[in-house]
Amino acid sequence: MSYFLQQLINGLTLGAIYALIAIGYTMVYGIIGMINFAHGEIYMIGAFVSLITFFVLGVVGVTWVPLALVLVLVSAMGFTAFYGWTIERVAYRPLRGSFRLAPLISAIGMSIFLQNYVQLLQGARVKSLPPVIQGGFKLMESNGFTVQLSYLQIIIMLLTVALMAGFSIMIAATPLGRAQRACEQDMTMAALLGVNVDRTISTTFIIGAALAAVAGMMVTMYYGVIDFFIGFLAGMKAFTAAVLGGIGSLPGAVLGGFLIGLIEAFWSGYFSSAYKDVAVFGVLILVLIFRPSGLLGRPEVEKV
Amino acid sequence: MRFGGLLAVDGLSFAANKGDITAIIGPNGAGKTTVFNCLTGFYRPSSGTLAFDRGGKTLALERMEGWRITRDAGVARTFQNIRLFTGMTVLENLIVAQHNKLMRASVYSLAGLLGLKRYRDAEGAAVETARYWLDRVGLVDHANRLAGTLPYGAQRRLEIARAMCTDPLLLCLDEPAAGLNPRESAELNELLLAIRERHKVGILLIEHDMNVVMGISDRIVVLDYGKKIAEGTPGEIRSNQAVIKAYLGEPDA
Amino acid sequence: MPLRNLLKDSAFAALVALILAIPLVGFNPIEGGKVEMRLNWVIIAVVAVFIGRIAIGLVPRRSRAVRAAPRFAPMTSRHIQWLGWMGLVAAVIWPLLPFSSRYLVDLATTVLIYIMLGWGLNIVVGLAGLLNLGYVAFYAVGAYAFAISAQYFDLSFWEALPIAGALATFVGVLLALPVLRLRGDYLAIVTLGFGEIIRIILLNWVSVTGGPNGINNIPRPTFFGLPLAASAPGGGTTFAKFFGIPFNPGQRIIFLYFVILALAMATNFLTVRLRRLPVGRAWEALREDEIASRALGINPTNVKLSAFAIGALLAGFAGAFFATRQGFISPESFTFQESATVLAIVVLGGMGSQLGVVLAAIILVTLPEFGREFAQFRMLVFGASMVGIMIWRPRGIFSNRTPSIQLGAPPA
Repeated sequence: MSYFLQQLINGLTLGAIYALIAIGYTMVYGIIGMINFAHGEIYMIGAFVSLITFFVLGVVGVTWVPLALVLVLVSAMGFTAFYGWTIERVAYRPLRGSFRLAPLISAIGMSIFLQNYVQLLQGARVKSLPPVIQGGFKLMESNGFTVQLSYLQIIIMLLTVALMAGFSIMIAATPLGRAQRACEQDMTMAALLGVNVDRTISTTFIIGAALAAVAGMMVTMYYGVIDFFIGFLAGMKAFTAAVLGGIGSLPGAVLGGFLIGLIEAFWSGYFSSAYKDVAVFGVLILVLIFRPSGLLGRPEVEKV
Repeated sequence: MRFGGLLAVDGLSFAANKGDITAIIGPNGAGKTTVFNCLTGFYRPSSGTLAFDRGGKTLALERMEGWRITRDAGVARTFQNIRLFTGMTVLENLIVAQHNKLMRASVYSLAGLLGLKRYRDAEGAAVETARYWLDRVGLVDHANRLAGTLPYGAQRRLEIARAMCTDPLLLCLDEPAAGLNPRESAELNELLLAIRERHKVGILLIEHDMNVVMGISDRIVVLDYGKKIAEGTPGEIRSNQAVIKAYLGEPDA
Repeated sequence: MPLRNLLKDSAFAALVALILAIPLVGFNPIEGGKVEMRLNWVIIAVVAVFIGRIAIGLVPRRSRAVRAAPRFAPMTSRHIQWLGWMGLVAAVIWPLLPFSSRYLVDLATTVLIYIMLGWGLNIVVGLAGLLNLGYVAFYAVGAYAFAISAQYFDLSFWEALPIAGALATFVGVLLALPVLRLRGDYLAIVTLGFGEIIRIILLNWVSVTGGPNGINNIPRPTFFGLPLAASAPGGGTTFAKFFGIPFNPGQRIIFLYFVILALAMATNFLTVRLRRLPVGRAWEALREDEIASRALGINPTNVKLSAFAIGALLAGFAGAFFATRQGFISPESFTFQESATVLAIVVLGGMGSQLGVVLAAIILVTLPEFGREFAQFRMLVFGASMVGIMIWRPRGIFSNRTPSIQLGAPPA
């Protein structure tokens, strides 16, 4: 029971991180109907910017943890969002209306570029961050096994929920959200009705990247080590989460993220941690075979 | 046919007779293209049946996949917004349309890979079929051009020729005269009549151009808001009150 | 564009570059909580972007329609054919040339492996328009299938080659069948994940694959049963003894070179032939417009599956050759980098162009040989050029498409 509880806590923490990344996939897919293969790399850049900011703050002498956290959050979200904006501008916008594979190939090219860019600049070896927030609650103890809920895990979950609530409200109730939904329905029509399509798409990338940056920051603090390749698997899993939840659906991405986190935690807790990525991949295949529209998505109607 | 809360085509029932030209007309949004999409397997109707008679056997189109409807039932179609293989040549477009015939001749590509006579003959015959249709639509001289570089009217004609190369029993044309000038649409009339007379292929036609519709149709079905409001010969439709109301609206009292 | 606007645009681009460069270029956290500052790098990056933006602005623009259309001129298909034959002749006499060395033949062998992989992937991506991002997985399946059947069942290269191909095809079909019915991008992400999954399985299934240590002592191919070695096991006849020539280790290198040359040429023959068959035209038709293809009675799943399976088969063959050539394989040879390299070869060469793949493979494979700097920046440049190609020349650098059939011309 206590072991189960511990896996549940770990799974939810992991799930929160996947959910944050999955939102980026699902929003971009919703608006321009494309899988942004470089999104995993955006998250990786978010992780690196966080780590660098932590180090710089250390050198400058900002040692009060709450202040440091806020500054790192702002820096990571800001710089990473800027990366997201630039990538859309450089690699995707010129390809609107090009042939079907062009944006996908451009995205994979961008992904290869960013991985190697970070590898060249920051080295191929892992970078580590000393623990920033330590300690936590001991929830229960049985048979010599302690269930722990660390302060960091609480922060991760609270922050995720708060950010997601904020963005849901934004999509539902602001002009930006309305423009986004209009572009999802019909981009040409939205443009004719005065929606600035370019700006709406840019904003979508910026929001997606900012959320991925938060995920990157959380992972840096949670695991303490990152490298240039972390975006690949995390991106895969977050994409699986988005598909599981129903690609294009925001609540779906969140639900999918938490489910994938739980599947991964329980699989490695009860079966084998070596094959946990295979398990997640299996979920992706099963969902695509049996329910391609996901748990909360709507089936796509082909336009002839 | 229902899309979410929208009932696009409702309780529609009509027959297109073998070797006849049947036109479906109606105001925009009446559900004409949806009928086509159900008929050719792109949508699965929420309820109802589409019975197709081929050589005495009745096929249930509503239960067949789209590509099977073309291959097994012999229903070919064109699209409202032309869908040619723009990066391939005109001739290639017509050869692709004879895919199933050639595939059988190539025996899972083996006979083709080995260059057996059996396959070479089939390919020769396919080129001849293509040449015949190119001649019919006046595009022989453009056979080796990329389809996407043809002028608009020629693309429309090529799409009809391509559909005919699948050797259909029923040809479904979605607004074939859209965007054509009067001369071109007169040529279209001739082509369609020839397809009916010489090839004994029935035609189901969606069209707004009344010169085409009234000039060549044997029967006309009128749709409005997904329902059939009239059916009959061109003469009957012309004087039908319900049709006039649907098109021109209610006269002010 | 007027110069004033260009300067303004370039200044803006430089500003963007500055902001992007500050965190990742400007700072490098090092051991012990210290940070290395690299202001000079930031300045270099900003200046480079500024100048680069001006350079791009000075190039005259072509309209999108012109860019998207395949380019027939200036090279006609006759020129291409001629170039192809020249290339083949050059490839055949390559090991016999006076300046030819063991190193050069070995390098050419590597290039040919990538050419074969590129041609195989070209069927899938270039002709059928299916984005396969885990192509190396089938290469790995072929390599391991060969290595394992050679080790456990004592099969020779020529006996195990079909098994390797068949297994890779089987795995490919199994993976693709459920996914091919869905939108194209799903296939891309599934193959991307699959590439990684195969690697994880190879790493962890130690009892069969040897885990991270891989498989050693994979048998070398024989010349009709004659080993190319100093002595044959059990005192049998070796290649050198049979022909009465002195043994020389270079013989094996040259023999391997001709084996892969033959495999690659077979691949090329197959592709060129298939393109002119109904199957090949259906691949291209599906790439152009799936809805129209279905309306012509083409079964999209079967047609896509055939392209995917043939691609996997060819990768399996290439993998088996790779295993026998190296004599040793481990999961390290089958990373995402490899898939990315092969995809880059296809994309840069021009999707669907056989000759383009050859040129791209030569450039991409030999580039790292010119020095460590080239090797380091290779993938960075590949990635960036994939984006650039899609923007400026979507049909590739050497794009040109020969119609599969022509009216009036005798069938080639």
